[in-house]
Amino acid sequence: MQDLPLVVTHALDKTYALGQTTLKALDGIDLAISRGEFVGLVGPSGSGKTTLLNIIGALDVPTSGSAEILGRSVETLTHREAARLRNEHLGFIFQTFNLLPVYTVFENVEFPLLLQGIETGRRKQMVEEALAWVGLADRADSRPSQLSGGQSQRVAIARAIVKKPDVVLADEPTANLDAANSHHIMKTMLQLNRDLHTTFVFATHDEKVIGYLHRTITLVDGRIARDEHAGDSSHS
Amino acid sequence: MLTLTLALRNLLHAGLRTWLNVVALSFSFVAIIFLQGFYDGLNEQVERATVAALYGGGQYWHSSYDPYDPLTLDDAHGVIPAPLDSLIAHRQATPILIRPATIYPQGRFRSVLLKGIDPDQTVLSIPSALLKDRSHGIPAIIGSRMAHSTGLQKGDMVTVQWRDVHGTFDARDVVIAEVFRSTVQDIDNEQIWIPLDELRRFTRTPDEATIVVLGQRVAPPGSVGGWDFRDLSFLLRDLHTLVRMKSVGASILYLLLLFLAMLAIFDTQVLSIWRRRKEMGTLMALGMTRGGVIRLFTTEGALHSILAALVAAMYGIPLMAFVANTGFALPNAADTMGFAIGEKLFPVYSPSLVVGTTVLVCLVTTIVSFLPTRRIAHLKPTDALRGKLS
Ligand SMILES: Nc1ncnc2c1ncn2[C@@H]1O[C@H](COP(=O)(O)OP(=O)(O)O)[C@@H](O)[C@H]1O
Ligand SMILES: [Mg+2]
Repeated sequence: MQDLPLVVTHALDKTYALGQTTLKALDGIDLAISRGEFVGLVGPSGSGKTTLLNIIGALDVPTSGSAEILGRSVETLTHREAARLRNEHLGFIFQTFNLLPVYTVFENVEFPLLLQGIETGRRKQMVEEALAWVGLADRADSRPSQLSGGQSQRVAIARAIVKKPDVVLADEPTANLDAANSHHIMKTMLQLNRDLHTTFVFATHDEKVIGYLHRTITLVDGRIARDEHAGDSSHS
Repeated sequence: MLTLTLALRNLLHAGLRTWLNVVALSFSFVAIIFLQGFYDGLNEQVERATVAALYGGGQYWHSSYDPYDPLTLDDAHGVIPAPLDSLIAHRQATPILIRPATIYPQGRFRSVLLKGIDPDQTVLSIPSALLKDRSHGIPAIIGSRMAHSTGLQKGDMVTVQWRDVHGTFDARDVVIAEVFRSTVQDIDNEQIWIPLDELRRFTRTPDEATIVVLGQRVAPPGSVGGWDFRDLSFLLRDLHTLVRMKSVGASILYLLLLFLAMLAIFDTQVLSIWRRRKEMGTLMALGMTRGGVIRLFTTEGALHSILAALVAAMYGIPLMAFVANTGFALPNAADTMGFAIGEKLFPVYSPSLVVGTTVLVCLVTTIVSFLPTRRIAHLKPTDALRGKLS
C-alpha cells in the first residue's frame, strides 16, 4: 500500500497557445508521489506549479505524455469521470479560499458530502468532526464574510478533508495569510497528514510552507530542477 | 433533488436581489391572470346577455335572410313551417319579422329595421310586453341608444315608412310606448320594435316571419325546408371576434409585462453567471459536473417563477376573489367598447386560466434561465478558477 504511487507522470508536457507562438508551461515532467507524502511543488512564479497541480487534480489534461492518478490516466477521463474522481478522491485548497459565499461554514464543509449523496445524520457527524480537526467547531453557523483569512482557509481545509480524500491539493494556501496564520494552517495540515495519512501536495513559493515539507520538488521553467526529501539533498 | 436543494439555498441566501425579481415576476403573474379574467368575465357576461335578448337557443333563418346584406331583407320572409309553428304554439319559440323601413324623427329621415315581435312572447328578454297596450295608437319600443341618437322619447309619435310585398310605399305613425335599457346593442341600435301582428298587417305578410328564435335549451326540430338553423356557435361568432379584438390591447400589455419580467430574469442570470465564474470553478473542483452546474443555475433561475407564483398567490388570490365577488362598477363610457356590459362586470378566474398562466410563465422562465447557462458548457474548470469565462 505504502509504496503504491498515487500520482505518476511520464514525459508530461503542457503547452499553451499564445497567439502565433506557444508557451511550454510544463516540459517532460517525470514524477511519482506516494501515499502519505507531504510534498510541495516549489519554484518561482510562472514555473508551472499550478499547471502541474491542476493536471494532478484532473482539472486539466497534459498536451503530451501521461499522468495517472490512482491508476487512472487523466488524459482519457471524460469530463464526468474526472468530476467523479475529484469528488471521491481529491480535495482542493486554493489561495483565495474559494468558499461558497452564501453558505454557512457548516454548509460549505458539507457540500462535497452532499455531492456524494451521504445521508443527513452521517453528514452532520462528518462535518462536525472536520470542523473539530481545524479548530472551528464553534463557527459552524458563521458566514464566510464573518471569518478572518486564517479561519476561512481552515474552513477550506475542513471542506477538503471532510470526505477523507486520498490526496489534498493545495495551491499557494498561505499566500493570503499572515505568518502566524500560515504556520497555524501548516501545522493543522501536518497533523492531518500524520493522523489520517492524507497525502498533501502543495504548490508554493512561500518559505514558511517549504519549511514544513517532507519533500520538495523544485520547478524551473516547467522542468523539475531538484527533488529533495527533508534531511537529504539527493538530486533526481 | 440535490440540485433543487442547492438552488433554493443559493436563491434564498441571495436575499434582496432574489426577492426583487420574484416580486416583479409575481406582478406579471397577477396582471396576466387579472386582465385575462377580466376579459373572460366580459366575454361570458356579454354572451349571456346576448343569448337571453337575441339568440335564445338558436335561430331558424329564412333561407334568403342575410343580416349583412340589407338589400336581401325585402325578400327575406316566408310562412312559418309547421314544425316551428308548433314550437311557437307551445311558447318554446318566437317568430320575428324584420323589414327595412325609414323613420322621420323631427323631419329628418333615417333608415332603420322594423322588427315585429309577439308582445306575449317569453322566449327572449326583450321587454315586448310593453307593446300590449294599444290605446294610444300603434305602440313601438326602442332602446336607449336609439332614443339618444334620434332624439325620440317616450310618448313621441314618429312616422314609419316601408314598402309592402308588392313594392309600394306605405306609412303609419307609431307611438313610442317605452324606451328600454339593454346591454345588448343588437336589439337597440337602428331598430324599432312593434307588435308582430301589426307589422304583418302593414306589409301584407300574414303568418310570415324572417327568423324564428328557439327558447334556450329547446332542441331544434331538425331540418326545416326553406329555413336554415343557425346554432349558438354560429350566432356568437361575431361577438367572440369582437371580444378577441378588444382583448388584443390587454394581450399586448401582458406580453409586455411578461417580457419585462423575463428580461429581469435573463439579466440576473447573465450577471450571476459572470460574477460567479470562480464559484463555478470551485463547484467543479469539488466534483460537480458541468451538467450539474448548468442544472443548478437553470434551476435557480426557474425557481424564481415558483417563488413568484407563491408570492402572487399570497396577494393575488384575495384580490381576485374580491373582485370576482364584488365585480367592477363600470362607467357608462364602457358602452363605447362596442358592446354593452352590465352595470357591473364580474371577472372570471377559471382554473384553466390560472394553471395555464402559471405553467406558461414557469416554462418561459426556465427557458430564459437556461439560455445563458449554455456558456458554462464550454467552460474549463481551470479557466473558471482563474476567473475567466471563455
Ligand atoms: N490558461 C493559460 N493560458 C495561457 N498561458 C497559461 C495558462 N495558464 C498558465 N499559463 C502560463 O503557463 C506558465 C505557468 O503558469 P502557472 O502554472 O500558473 O505557474 P505558477 O503556478 O508556477 O506561477 C505561466 O507562464 C503562465 O503564464
Ligand atoms: Mg500558481
